[in-house]
Amino acid sequence: MSGPTPIRLSEHTVEIVSDAGEGAQKAAVAFAQLCAKSGNGLWTVEIIPSEIRPPPHTTGSASGNRIRLAERERVTNAGNLADVVLAFNEMALLSRIQAGSLADDVLVLIDDQWATHDVEAYQVSYRKVLAQARERGATIVEVPLEKETLRHVEDAQQGKNMFAVGLLCALYSKDAGLLEGVIGGIFKGKSRKVIDTAVELAGAGYRYGVANLEQRFEVPASPSKVSKVAMNGNTALALGAIAAGFDLCSMYPITPATSASHALSELFEQLGGFVHQAEDEIAAIGVALGASYAGKTALTITSGPGMALKTEFQGLAVMTETPLVIVDVQRGGPSTGLPTKIEQSDLLHALYGAPGDAPKVVIAPSTIEECYYILTVARRIAEEFRMLVIVLSDANLATGQQLFDRPDVSQTPEQPPLDLSPVPLGTLPYNWDPTTGLSQRLIPGQPGGMGVTTSLNHDSDGKACYDAERNQRGHVMRSRKLAALQQTLRPPEVHGAPEGDLLLVGWGSTRGAIEEAVDIARDQGLAVSSVHIQFLSPLPPGLQDIFAKFRRVITVELNYSDDWNDPLITKENRRYGQLAWILRAATLMDIDCFARVPGRPFMPVEIVDEVNHILGDPPAIKSRTKASAGAKGVSR
Amino acid sequence: MISMLAEESLLEVCAIEQHSLDEYESEMPRWCKGCGDHGVLAALQRVLRKNNLEPENVVSVSGIGCSSRLPHYLNTYGFHGIHGRALPISTGVRLARPELPVITIMGDGDCFSIGGNHWLHAIRYNINAVVLVLDNEVYALTKMQASPTTPDGTKTNTTPHGTYLQPLNPLSAVMGMTNVSFLAQTATWLPAHLDETIEKAWNHHGLSFVRILQRCPVFMPKAFGEGGLNFPVVFLENEDGIPVHPLLRKRGETQAHDHRDINEAQRVAVSVDPAPMGLIYQNRDLPTYEDIRWQRKDRPDRATFLERLDAAVDRYTVT
Repeated sequence: MSGPTPIRLSEHTVEIVSDAGEGAQKAAVAFAQLCAKSGNGLWTVEIIPSEIRPPPHTTGSASGNRIRLAERERVTNAGNLADVVLAFNEMALLSRIQAGSLADDVLVLIDDQWATHDVEAYQVSYRKVLAQARERGATIVEVPLEKETLRHVEDAQQGKNMFAVGLLCALYSKDAGLLEGVIGGIFKGKSRKVIDTAVELAGAGYRYGVANLEQRFEVPASPSKVSKVAMNGNTALALGAIAAGFDLCSMYPITPATSASHALSELFEQLGGFVHQAEDEIAAIGVALGASYAGKTALTITSGPGMALKTEFQGLAVMTETPLVIVDVQRGGPSTGLPTKIEQSDLLHALYGAPGDAPKVVIAPSTIEECYYILTVARRIAEEFRMLVIVLSDANLATGQQLFDRPDVSQTPEQPPLDLSPVPLGTLPYNWDPTTGLSQRLIPGQPGGMGVTTSLNHDSDGKACYDAERNQRGHVMRSRKLAALQQTLRPPEVHGAPEGDLLLVGWGSTRGAIEEAVDIARDQGLAVSSVHIQFLSPLPPGLQDIFAKFRRVITVELNYSDDWNDPLITKENRRYGQLAWILRAATLMDIDCFARVPGRPFMPVEIVDEVNHILGDPPAIKSRTKASAGAKGVSR
Repeated sequence: MISMLAEESLLEVCAIEQHSLDEYESEMPRWCKGCGDHGVLAALQRVLRKNNLEPENVVSVSGIGCSSRLPHYLNTYGFHGIHGRALPISTGVRLARPELPVITIMGDGDCFSIGGNHWLHAIRYNINAVVLVLDNEVYALTKMQASPTTPDGTKTNTTPHGTYLQPLNPLSAVMGMTNVSFLAQTATWLPAHLDETIEKAWNHHGLSFVRILQRCPVFMPKAFGEGGLNFPVVFLENEDGIPVHPLLRKRGETQAHDHRDINEAQRVAVSVDPAPMGLIYQNRDLPTYEDIRWQRKDRPDRATFLERLDAAVDRYTVT
């Protein structure tokens, strides 16, 4: 390899952005696979516009990926500000500046065609955006993406992205010999000509990069000894649903959940199941519930607005004690909100979104790997406890890709056939154990078990009743199951020391960023630790004991809370982040929150900033009053 | 050898237990005296007995409303769900366990109003289920509000000066849907016709949609000409249709009708006065949704399952 000596780095973050439809996402996938094959740890996340073909050459059209690659094997989140951006046009670059995604001194690789483009407005805007980036401290490298691509194909739209892959391969001093295999895999099923052209373009990009780039990097990598998979959280959920033995998933299309059903639809029929696309969200859960009632525990996958529509059926599942699993891939709300972007705003809705008192199990995967395994857990709880289990994933897990150890499918639990053995006539459909509330379910087809399953209040014989005593008893039995489940849980492990000045509490996909922030802050000498909660209902035991060992406890969440120094906000009216809300209620401790709705994952550094800010603050008690709130200055 | 086989088969025949009517009876119905729901329950029990069904192998599913209490009184497996949503639950049962016959019971508000979307799509799915809508032209359990089929001008608690709109014609709505498989109309004041209609629906493979006219004696006592006393009907006659017993001929005219002809069926479905009674449409050739889905899915054994799951994981294996 010729050219400048590469700068060795322990990690780097690069974004690739184009107009929607220009293939930056595919380029990113190819580059990510290249890095994975060479042994880098990785996290990638999609940058997705809300429309399919938004007006080109606008900030709203920017589409692509962020790739965080590292020398270490395990990367747990999308990282901080990007070090490099490869932009197909200046508006795509501008969109990433505006998103606050790029480091001030970012290295910009940008297609130079706009400098001399026939459309003068593009020339003007190109110069303006580049000037703006330079002013922030960026290094601009103009590359002839379009021009060079046109030497190989007639339509540069169909090939620029592959040239870009080659360019990145050169920039990061990767082995160009891996390109052919990676591209062949990505275009699997396409014609030989398509693949050959793509490989040729990537090679051209690589040679151009080696010959022309003045700055090159190297993030050392050593191939992993164990087999690894890379997939996004929705694919992991789909494979996990099959591994969990589900044979029916009933759904209605909704972003960002649908791709899980796409992945499942492709595989499921071969593996003994099917995806039913229902006429609406309500029917989707209704069909799942009907299947579960008939003995085949089913799954429905949705996002926030769909969860809202499913609430009446959730109450029915709870009342009839029909096992059922709902996956909510959360997005920004309320209402249509931010359909493609992350938020963790459905927690309270998942817990309480059903009429009446409707105890449910709510669990949240915190990594993409957990997305694969969580449905086995969910199904088992649903069946053993005859409960509704809600799995809260989110858009970050759904669209992010992480490397993790290849699941050993031989360990997949085997689902026993339906037990349709006869029961004595008069067997109670809710033979509640008075301590645990657990009962044996009767399944249609079991001789002797005939009777109605009703949405009305009922006693252990399943028959409707309206009196005070038996209404209370039904409530007690349904609620007691949560306590019984809680008794089986272990206290969560603390990341960092078990005591200190500040404990960060998180749930769901923020785990990687929070733990990385804790590691950074501890390196800075701060007494910070974190704990991550996977069971939101029931909460795991031991939280009070863990919290009591810290001077302050705050939740870190991607949902809304009022800031102390906002106008009109007082101790009496402040609204907290959702986990903080339930932890305050559960522990009676003064738990604060760092809750934001940026529509993107937390960057570890912004959590570190918040930690520094809190620990540099006056004692906790003062910041709780309106008078001192202004001094806190947490708004950003 | 031969005689032994004959003896065995004779024993087998004798071993088939003939179920009695009371085996399909559960608790005492709590419907009002004179309510048509009683008649539908009895007819359903007779059909189950006639077909000698094991009570444990039948699933009845209902929504919310007076008629939706029916599963409480039928000694099979029953699911009394939520308002308007019986059909998705039935679809789920059929998809998961296609060996279980399903009867879906709904009221007019339940099916045509809050459950309207499910109604139209269920017809298109064409699951194999008997779907009975017990239409008394009013919301009764909530105490007399106008339903989609309440006649124009009827005074109810939400329309004290009379309803504003023409009633919905469920028959023409069903005949307007793609993939319609079976449509019949009957009434509770015509018990023999009711029995024959449910029997016909039971033996149809596909979604058998039956609208059953019935009077609510409390809130709509004058509906259907005071429960059929003065209600003009026309019996659809076909040797393969619902038999029109001689006694019925006194209750209305008869009309020759070819229920296999979709155009004729659509014409009949649009007519409301006199109300058509009998089998309006039947198409025996339509595949059911669950048949389609089950035919297209494999049922791999454990080893094949694991092999295929492993291959699926392989697609995402990087190193």
